[in-house]
Amino acid sequence: MAFRATINRILRHRRFPNSANSTLHLTNNTRCFSHAPSPSPSQSFKANDKDPHSGSSSLKDNELAKFAAISDTWWDSEGPFKPLHLMNPTRLAFIRSTLCRHFKRDPYSTRPFEGLKIVDVGCGGGILSEPLARLGATVTGVDAVEKNIKIAQLHADLDPTTSTIEYCCTTAEKLVEEGRTFDAVMALEVIEHVANPEEFCKSLAALTNPDGATVISTINRSMRAYATAIVAAEYILHWLPKGTHQWSSFLTPLELAMILHRAGINVEEMAGFVYNPLTGRWLLSDDISVNFIAFATKTQNTI
Amino acid sequence: MNRLVKKTVSNLFALKIPSRSICTGAVNVPASTVPEILNENEKKENNTISSNSVQQYDIAIVGGGMVGMALASFLAIMPMTKQLSVATIDSNPALSGSMSIKKEDPPDPRVSTVTPATISFLQDAGAWKYVWDYTGLGYARYNARDVNKDFLGCVAENKVLHSALLSCIKDSDFKNTIYPLRLNSMTLNRSSMSVVEENMSSRESSPAQGQCAKLQLSDGSSIYAKLVVGADGGKSRVRELAGFKTTGWNYSQNAIICTVEHPSENRCAWQRFLPTGPIALLPIGDNFSNIVWTMSPTESNQRKSITEEEFLKDVNSALDYGYGSRPTSSLSGTRDVFSWFKMGTTVSANESFEIPPKITKLASQRMVFPLSLRHANSYASKRVVLIGDAAHTVHPLAGQGVNLGFGDAYSLSRVIAEGIALGTDIGEVNLLKKYEAERKPANIAMMAVLESFQKAYSVDFGPFNILRAAAFHGANYIPPLKRSIISYASGEQNFPIFL
Repeated sequence: MAFRATINRILRHRRFPNSANSTLHLTNNTRCFSHAPSPSPSQSFKANDKDPHSGSSSLKDNELAKFAAISDTWWDSEGPFKPLHLMNPTRLAFIRSTLCRHFKRDPYSTRPFEGLKIVDVGCGGGILSEPLARLGATVTGVDAVEKNIKIAQLHADLDPTTSTIEYCCTTAEKLVEEGRTFDAVMALEVIEHVANPEEFCKSLAALTNPDGATVISTINRSMRAYATAIVAAEYILHWLPKGTHQWSSFLTPLELAMILHRAGINVEEMAGFVYNPLTGRWLLSDDISVNFIAFATKTQNTI
Repeated sequence: MNRLVKKTVSNLFALKIPSRSICTGAVNVPASTVPEILNENEKKENNTISSNSVQQYDIAIVGGGMVGMALASFLAIMPMTKQLSVATIDSNPALSGSMSIKKEDPPDPRVSTVTPATISFLQDAGAWKYVWDYTGLGYARYNARDVNKDFLGCVAENKVLHSALLSCIKDSDFKNTIYPLRLNSMTLNRSSMSVVEENMSSRESSPAQGQCAKLQLSDGSSIYAKLVVGADGGKSRVRELAGFKTTGWNYSQNAIICTVEHPSENRCAWQRFLPTGPIALLPIGDNFSNIVWTMSPTESNQRKSITEEEFLKDVNSALDYGYGSRPTSSLSGTRDVFSWFKMGTTVSANESFEIPPKITKLASQRMVFPLSLRHANSYASKRVVLIGDAAHTVHPLAGQGVNLGFGDAYSLSRVIAEGIALGTDIGEVNLLKKYEAERKPANIAMMAVLESFQKAYSVDFGPFNILRAAAFHGANYIPPLKRSIISYASGEQNFPIFL
């Protein structure tokens, strides 16, 4: 109980762009996806914000220290990140099937992603990066929180298959500046935590090779999602610390498709994740009203 | 009252089983296909090079019996798992030596009844054809027309099943290294963060093994594995080392098993519930059958030491004429009550009571085993999982024990394949819990059914006996119930009720 209270107190003043923990943003009920080159002031005002797209990072030593304790629990499958661990196989099933189809890989192979360069934006402790490496991909994991990267690196080094993962404490924008590109770009459960989704998607597009794939997962801005992902998950079941998600930051599938399209990426497939409380398992489904994942490809004629 | 006890039991449990001539072919496994064994020289080399060159495997199967090797053969044939490296730890010489099953020997007393579900698993794995190779003859098909199936099961010697599985593994490219040793102790890293800290402070162990379980073997060597499978039987060492708690009790009964011979051919399995415990006669081909007789420990010690002649007299008395007269087939009498169901009456209900064969000769030594019920409270924890008797031990009265084990091996192999398809670390608890969620309810349901049978038949009290007999009468003559029972016992259904 005391531990949970501590986390809540800490998280109220802090946010991650990537992990399941983040603070309360100041509320705004609409997202304006205009073509304005710079985000309007009403959007990017989030206090103590670690926006990966502003060049500066407002990381402070004391805040880092506060997250040290939580970072250690990334790989505790019974700990605060349990929902993410449970959802992981379902996300991977979608990724495996869409990427195998797109890159024409043998779905019955044990390492179908051999030779593919994949970047996991907002990798956290490496929950997604490690299975991708086991499936044969050359993985780069990036996260803006140094401690997460450290934990991820140490955990990945325990297994020779995953020790090849390159972890960097950086942002998507910085990677774009470095001119790096990848065959597939993963940004799972990230976009609902960034200040400017449109800029973020532009960075993701720039990171993707022509004819490459982009996979984004997030939560739908629907009433059902409010009831399940916020009220139920945070306040009733206590799966996530209160304040992890802000309903107003959620994107509807249509909005996501639109901003991706404007960035030069076309959504080809979407699926939803549904939780079965009886079995305690997540399943892929056509129901995109709460959690959903989108597979998109970069069209040839965009830079 | 005893008459009523045995009245319809024989009918109910007169399973038609195809006969198998188990030992009709001599099989010698050529030395060149013997699996890779860590011989003395290699072991010495490993030890001198020091712990830095410890062997690392994906899966370590502790216990190379039928269920452990079934798991290995299921893994060997699936595309997702056949590239895994497996180490089998078992000091049983049958695993490493050349196995020859000679035609002349009478069948071994250790046999198991194999349900159709298990047979289909073994067929999928490609191991069933080796069982046929050993028998040589084709089998006679009996219509178990009650459930529109061809046969209700098969009785096979344990060593035949075991050799079949080993041959299947050898014939595939599967990397299975046999360690003819015992497991001394195991080190499991409970929290990966503690491993990380350990690695950071001491530079001794190479970090690559940090995530694996370390198994110390009886000769002092160690191996590392990502997943440890405990398939080492009812007194599982893995279960003990990993700290799994169990629930269970010892039955105050022992079982005597032996092979017997009879002049007439027998294709039927018999079970008669006596006041002291059931006696079962299982056909294993030609004129041989296997006896499994449950009784109190004092009686079992006595029966083990008496002469062959006296023992055979006891057996015949137990099977047939002792304890009361034969049940009459009550076709005329009670059928009226159930004429309702006349339309769909099962075939076997129309058959009259058959008399078990007379046993003339003892064909093997008598073995005595204590019986108990034991169930592990959970089957999986980080890096460790239990299958077979290590997870659950049951009473032999329905021949289900090893079939539950084969079901476990099949389910675990599927779960591991799924995990690999999604890049999961195979020692991860959430993955192993999927196997537990699939098998635990089914195993518990079966154990509950067997336990209730055992308890129901251990009471010898007039009115209760009548009730019990009536229940069995009903089960014999009510077709849907009978079909359901047969289906469940054959492994077709996982749960006894209509789910």
